[in-house]
Amino acid sequence: MEIGVGWLKDLVPGLEGTPRELADRLSLRAIPVDRVVPVGEGLGGILVARVLEAGPHPDADRLTLCRVDAGGAEPVDVVCGAPNVETRAFYPYIPPGATLPGGMRIESRRIRGRMSHGMLCSEKELGLGRDAAGILRLDGEFRPGEPFAARLGLPDARLELDLTPNRIDLACHVGVAREFVRDGSGALSLPTFEAEVPAPRWAEDRRSAGGDGLTISIDDPERCSRYLGALIRGVRVGPSPAWLQARLRSVGARPINNVVDATNYVLLELNQPLHAFDLAKIGGGSVRVRAARDGEVLRTLDGVERRLGPQATVIADADSPIALAGVMGGEESEVGAETTDVLLECAAFDPRHTRHTARGTGLATDASYRFERGIDERGLEVALDRCIRLIVATAGGESDPTRIRVGRPAPRRRVVGVRPGRVRQVLGLRLSADQVTSLLAPLGFEPAPREAGDAEGGEASRPLPLLVPGWRGDVSTEADLLEEIARTYGYEAFPDESRRFRPGTVPTSRDAGRAARTRTMLAALGLFEARSVAFASEERTGPGRVALLRPLSAAEGFLRTDLVPGLLDRLAHNWSRGRRDVRLFEIGTVFGRRAEGASDGEPPVAEERRIAFLLTGAARPAHWSGPVPDVDLWDCRGVAEEICERLLDGAVLRPAEEEPTPRESDDALSFGTASWLSAAAFRLEAAGSNGDSGALIGVAGLVRADALDIPPWAGPVFAGELRLAAVAARRPAAPFRPLPQFPPVTRDLAVVVSAEVPSDGVRAAIRDAAPGELRSLSLFDVFEGESLAEGTRSLAWRLEFRAPDRTLTDDEVDAGVERIVRRLKEEFDARIRAS
Amino acid sequence: MAIDGAALRGRLETIGSDGRQAIASATGAAALEDVRIRFLGRGGLLGEALGSLRDVEPSERPETGRVANRVKRELEAALEDRLAALRTGEDTAERADLTLPGRRQWAGGLHPVTQVIDEICAIFREIGFTVATGPEVETDWHNFTALNIPLDHPAADMHDTFYLDEGLLLRTHTSPVQARVMLEHSPPIRILAPGLVFRRDPWDASHAPAFEQIEGLAVDEGIDFIEFRAAIDFFVHRFFGPATRTRFRPSYFPFTEPSAEVDVTCFLCDGFGCPTCKQTGWVEIMGSGMVNPAVFEAVGVDPERYTGYAFGMGPARIAMLRWRIPDIRLLYEGDVGFLAQFA
Repeated sequence: MEIGVGWLKDLVPGLEGTPRELADRLSLRAIPVDRVVPVGEGLGGILVARVLEAGPHPDADRLTLCRVDAGGAEPVDVVCGAPNVETRAFYPYIPPGATLPGGMRIESRRIRGRMSHGMLCSEKELGLGRDAAGILRLDGEFRPGEPFAARLGLPDARLELDLTPNRIDLACHVGVAREFVRDGSGALSLPTFEAEVPAPRWAEDRRSAGGDGLTISIDDPERCSRYLGALIRGVRVGPSPAWLQARLRSVGARPINNVVDATNYVLLELNQPLHAFDLAKIGGGSVRVRAARDGEVLRTLDGVERRLGPQATVIADADSPIALAGVMGGEESEVGAETTDVLLECAAFDPRHTRHTARGTGLATDASYRFERGIDERGLEVALDRCIRLIVATAGGESDPTRIRVGRPAPRRRVVGVRPGRVRQVLGLRLSADQVTSLLAPLGFEPAPREAGDAEGGEASRPLPLLVPGWRGDVSTEADLLEEIARTYGYEAFPDESRRFRPGTVPTSRDAGRAARTRTMLAALGLFEARSVAFASEERTGPGRVALLRPLSAAEGFLRTDLVPGLLDRLAHNWSRGRRDVRLFEIGTVFGRRAEGASDGEPPVAEERRIAFLLTGAARPAHWSGPVPDVDLWDCRGVAEEICERLLDGAVLRPAEEEPTPRESDDALSFGTASWLSAAAFRLEAAGSNGDSGALIGVAGLVRADALDIPPWAGPVFAGELRLAAVAARRPAAPFRPLPQFPPVTRDLAVVVSAEVPSDGVRAAIRDAAPGELRSLSLFDVFEGESLAEGTRSLAWRLEFRAPDRTLTDDEVDAGVERIVRRLKEEFDARIRAS
Repeated sequence: MAIDGAALRGRLETIGSDGRQAIASATGAAALEDVRIRFLGRGGLLGEALGSLRDVEPSERPETGRVANRVKRELEAALEDRLAALRTGEDTAERADLTLPGRRQWAGGLHPVTQVIDEICAIFREIGFTVATGPEVETDWHNFTALNIPLDHPAADMHDTFYLDEGLLLRTHTSPVQARVMLEHSPPIRILAPGLVFRRDPWDASHAPAFEQIEGLAVDEGIDFIEFRAAIDFFVHRFFGPATRTRFRPSYFPFTEPSAEVDVTCFLCDGFGCPTCKQTGWVEIMGSGMVNPAVFEAVGVDPERYTGYAFGMGPARIAMLRWRIPDIRLLYEGDVGFLAQFA
């Protein structure tokens, strides 16, 4: 919404301050001001000139040769590039030696053989509008040579308000002016228009009323509560006077003609949309507010033919629609140069129906914007009268004393109460009823008579009833009045005091704790946290995918079912920048549709928080001391092991060979969609009972080469994904183990077994057979070939034995090792290599 | 058989020079010990040579003995020097180009938006707040109705929404967590709810269809506008620095009343005016206000007994301001060159 500062100052005589200062005051008291835009700055050198003669340039088709009176002793010659120069008309003129707002200095110069002393200017050249096609004709009486800017109230400025949906009353100049009156800056005063307008006689009824050959009816009171019509006969449609054009231009509106400009002026002044119809184009002497009929067609003012449906509300004459109610007029009944008699409409259209009419046609206009948010139904009569006066003043004509009014009477002002005790409870201010009244009075709130029943209770709990002005449709509750009191008091004027408080009792969410632990650990492992959006294409998602009803694009048409495909996209981005070493993790949500019928009161879309990671490129930063290998499956498994041990509290990793794409059929969110996973993969399983495998909580491994477009210079890619819910929300508090008091005894054992035997099996057998004194067991070498028999391999283990209460003897340890060896021989037909 | 004294002396000198060289080129204490054993140890090269001294002509013996002792002393001294140099590190310093880069591990790090969220949470934790979470797929009741936003009202226009089904949507703000927490818990409530929110905004330098928000809610007896302002001031001073000033401006959110936008003095120009603050000296950081009683009623909290305040911030926007990140898309590209700058 744009508010002209000059216009505002006319409405509030005595209002002081630069546009910037006014903007700040408004921001702190009522509504944000996005920008302050200067209008008509740097026009000091521009004069008003009258064209005395205009004729074609003898040597150029498109140029006009003018003699203009610019107030000097002699007329001057000006060559003009515009086609629309009229003799006797006034135009802005820049004399030689002066500069345009853009900084261009104008000099006398020869154009196609003729001297041009200065130039006649267009809107655009003066920075007043976008129109560069023609020079700016000034309507009204001027004295040649008088300064242009002062006459048009320039320089001016406009404030661009960022209107909130509740404060539609600030979409007009009077509304904004009230906020300054409230600020103690004088009183509101509306300019008067010189016009002979007879006192109105109202022809009125609830559904239909008329007079003098015109009947207005409301078919559906839900769509329109009040409709006022007035006739003006014998208008001369033409350009508006300069002051009116300047007013409209100062807020970026385009002057059209005196009748239309008058309706726009009243709209911008009082917030009431009005529409002028050419009376001659209204068929059958009838105007109806009704639902559009299915398939009805209306060509609107913008020249677009619109096919309507019953959700739209129209104004119709006896035959067909002539306007979209509260949105836009029809082209057919538009006021134009030949119009003489005008029907002026001033109505209250229903917000919801206006919204449907506007949505249905894809239109959003100044009028629909206001009707959708609610106009002041009590203000219709004033707005209509003001518009009639302005039209008669600028376009002549006679106002028909009979005015038509259909619909319900103007609503009474709403009464809303506010308790001083509530002011104190919510705002912390001790204000008396009188203080509240005087804070709100300048905004139009008046004390209402107290009703008898209100007398009970103390002063603080007794509501102070206030009459809400008609333009404040947003104020309907005590809380609304508290806001009015707070902002009128001034947010900055509240005292700085500290209050005692009780800490909240809502426990911190477990997911928040899990995510924090996970992030810290993965960052410490050298991974960067990525955040990607939750959308994915159909190909990047799995079977339970959820579609967006109106996606931004096909590539973002679905909710992701896995995190890793998103990380692979992030990897592709890095590769496109030539980055080879990429280590990322992400914590995010995946989504899946629950099976039909499976949702017992649950929402049909399930969501789950996941952790994903991705590794590719060198295992360490390059170093001069030697080559650095690329990450391999064991780096990937290492990350997975760290996660299992440090975050998952006992989860285990199993090779995924048997089930290359693990799947849980009964769950909307499975890892069954892990189409990126190759056969070289691991399953992360919760610690099961009795050695059974537990629930699947994640997968990790080599990414299939066909899941992404790998550049030839890139290394293999590894990734993993698991459920955040599997992470312990805090580190489990296992009791402290005393530090050893006695030295350990170490034995190395190289076990040759069939290459088919998994190392995990050997490890389990050693642990099982070993005495309790075995404190640590690590695999330090894996070897096959050369001296070993075909199909066998050597697994070398380091065993550390220690007792808490004594130094172990070699004999004790040897006996233990002996038991282990026996077991390995029995179970795996193992051979022990001499070490 | 007699040995030629001169020949033995020559051999001793050779051992001496070999030994000195070996000592000089030995790397580390262990290698030096090997050198000592090879040259000076029992059965070492020098000992072996001395063993043949008795086979030398007696007239040559004193002369040869003196040479042998000198070589031994020289080697012992050289050895002692090297050991001393090793102990103090001078040895390494003299031999290595200490400007060579060291051996590193890959650095990892948290996303800048995470860092902002963590910092905000840590500050509010000091004044009794805990962290709550809620689903990203929401019902329109939680997202709009419970928060006093009628579905067929222009206020709902402020949220251009991604719908999944009739009545089911991607939350447009973190505010539905307010409703969920109040439905489940009784006051005193002080929570922060960080999380992703979704708006139907196409990607550009300042818009993303999904971005982070952090919600705050405090509900208890006796919370008034003065406490609300004090809490926000406390946060601003902790987060942006003690010299930062705040400015509360009227605004409109259906779920708070009175509502306020909070501005802070621009932390890039200290309020003098710069492109970041559009020359105003102020930067908007949050929407906030006193909880609207209509919200309390919707979730079954007695609005006559309890009052509260709520606020919402955009950590992504704050991160962009703090680190002068010009384009929001950088936050979601996962470019490691970008992420490494915040590690």
